[in-house]
Amino acid sequence: MKNKAMSAAILAGAVATAVAGLSATAPAHAQAKEKCYGVSLKGQNDCKAGAGTTCAGTSTVDYQGNAWTLVPKGTCVSMDLPDGRKGSLTELDRDLPEA
Amino acid sequence: MNASEFSPRVSADTFGRALWDPAAETPTGLVGPDGKTAPKRFNVYRNNVVASLSEALEQSFPAVGRLLGEDYFKALARAFVAEHPPRSPVLMWYGAEFGGFIERFPPLQAYPYLADVARVEWAWLEAYHSADALPLDPAEIGAVAPDEIGNIRFEKHPASCVFRSEWPIWDLVRANRFDPDANIEIDLEKPQSVLITRPELEVELMLLRPGGDVFLSALFDGGTLAEAAAAASSQVEEFSLSDTLSDCLANGVFTTLVKA
Amino acid sequence: MVAQETRPHRIDAAIPARAGAGLKAEHVNDILQTDADIGFFEVHAENYMGAGGMPHRQLETIREKYPLSLHGVGLSIGGEMPLDKDHLQRLAILNRRYEPGLFSEHLAWSTHDTTYFNDLLPVPYDKATLDRVCEHIDEVQTVVGRKMLLENPSTYVAFEQSTMSELEFLREITRRTGCGLLLDVNNVHVSCTNHERSAEDYLAAFPIGDVGEIHLGGHAPDIDDAGRPLLIDAHDREVDEAVWTLYETVIRQNGPIPTLIEWDNDVPAWQVLLSEAKAADTLLSQAAATHLKRAV
Repeated sequence: MKNKAMSAAILAGAVATAVAGLSATAPAHAQAKEKCYGVSLKGQNDCKAGAGTTCAGTSTVDYQGNAWTLVPKGTCVSMDLPDGRKGSLTELDRDLPEA
Repeated sequence: MNASEFSPRVSADTFGRALWDPAAETPTGLVGPDGKTAPKRFNVYRNNVVASLSEALEQSFPAVGRLLGEDYFKALARAFVAEHPPRSPVLMWYGAEFGGFIERFPPLQAYPYLADVARVEWAWLEAYHSADALPLDPAEIGAVAPDEIGNIRFEKHPASCVFRSEWPIWDLVRANRFDPDANIEIDLEKPQSVLITRPELEVELMLLRPGGDVFLSALFDGGTLAEAAAAASSQVEEFSLSDTLSDCLANGVFTTLVKA
Repeated sequence: MVAQETRPHRIDAAIPARAGAGLKAEHVNDILQTDADIGFFEVHAENYMGAGGMPHRQLETIREKYPLSLHGVGLSIGGEMPLDKDHLQRLAILNRRYEPGLFSEHLAWSTHDTTYFNDLLPVPYDKATLDRVCEHIDEVQTVVGRKMLLENPSTYVAFEQSTMSELEFLREITRRTGCGLLLDVNNVHVSCTNHERSAEDYLAAFPIGDVGEIHLGGHAPDIDDAGRPLLIDAHDREVDEAVWTLYETVIRQNGPIPTLIEWDNDVPAWQVLLSEAKAADTLLSQAAATHLKRAV
């Protein structure tokens, strides 16, 4: 693909607009909120992020379920794929190559 | 102590192999107070290993957990742990291969967007623990002379990362992790790319504007501002340099400006 | 090794003979906002091995106000293979960076070949293991450049091949390496119950002079194959009455020793953890008074 070069004047203008916009950050964010561009999501669980170690054992008995035969029961199942497939194991069979 | 030269020796090899294989017999030589082999006692260790690693994955991949439901996630974690045991005692780095594992896991082929959700959560974690660095002061770029502006390059902040997806990854991660009460409608036909940054201590995740992924990838690869802008505007009609650059400067994507 | 200059804004590193708590990220705000009155905090070294960000900022803030104990959970000192040199370096760096008053690890293994098992696995008490553990501790103390404390384990099985008792094993380690001990009273109760031995006898014979720190934590009751009690060192609840009683005896007889409350699973609100530490502090003050009276 051929690149569209931008003129130095257009570049400089865009940079100036970007920098100037930052001094009025709050309204810019409010305006953009609708589409969420430029509005970042801060993690709500930042205080405890990722895995921590323990020097203890566990009294939880690990679940013995088999991921090959279980069916997900989370929010996944409510979503339809673009081609009309439902996210479910019964539908999955269709996609598997014939043995 | 009643040990004799006839007492069976249990090596770390034997112990470890039996830990990993739930069907394996308890190694001979590991006993309870009656001197008999004690499978239930040995199973405490087996359970500790798998349950703690599964929990570690749950903590690092909460959106995947919500998408799959708790029971399924635990079962999936067990399958992952069996195939990818940790190589390091630093548990925060456990799970780098989780996205790839999900992508290849046959029973999850009906949910092809899941792997990207895991990958974004991993990128989020990497940003969380990445090195500290001061973001570029926007005034610095404001001070560059107009005829030099096209040739400047940027040094990426260690936490910054662009993630491109064929799936509505921003909506999926928001709905299942950061903003679960927002009633976000997921349109699986809408590809999204996200930017991950950490200007100070908190990781920020945002939706990239059209062409933002092309623009930033070019800059991260060492391209000049003119080259990156040209690449983005030629590939994506709606690319806006000023808006995209404004997002980058406001969210600490770069640390340093390098003049030619 | 050049000792790093103590940063002027930090509180003195020495751990007082008071109660402390295991530091949890979700408690840091409460701790700082309430200016919590507690003797010290202990962290798992492995949780601070990232390059930067929130964990280090939190730990530095805590370290400014409280003495710190650094507790490793993944070095695999009891392992059959050589110690992980990179991991040992990371421990040395954290020691230099945060100047903890105490540094400890476990009598256990967790890594073999290239696999990390993420549990504190038991070792046989025989001569080959003793030699290896002593070599590893020598290496740790040389590389990190300080004395370490070794913690007695909670165990669920015994090795038929063991030729020594746990106490003989620990005593020989301290004699050969000069390391100190971390006496986990909950682990004593758990292991003694699991192996049908007397915890009182074990503690009476424990080389208490080498103890630099005590751990207390909660355990979960279960039963084994034959229906005998099997306690699991789960750190998921309050310290058990039986453990408090054992602890009280130890400090009444020997005087106060820095004491940590561990709560790692089902972590409660900060105030709940703090009240466990307060309970230990009360016993420590009583022990200090009694001990003083006896000494006079």
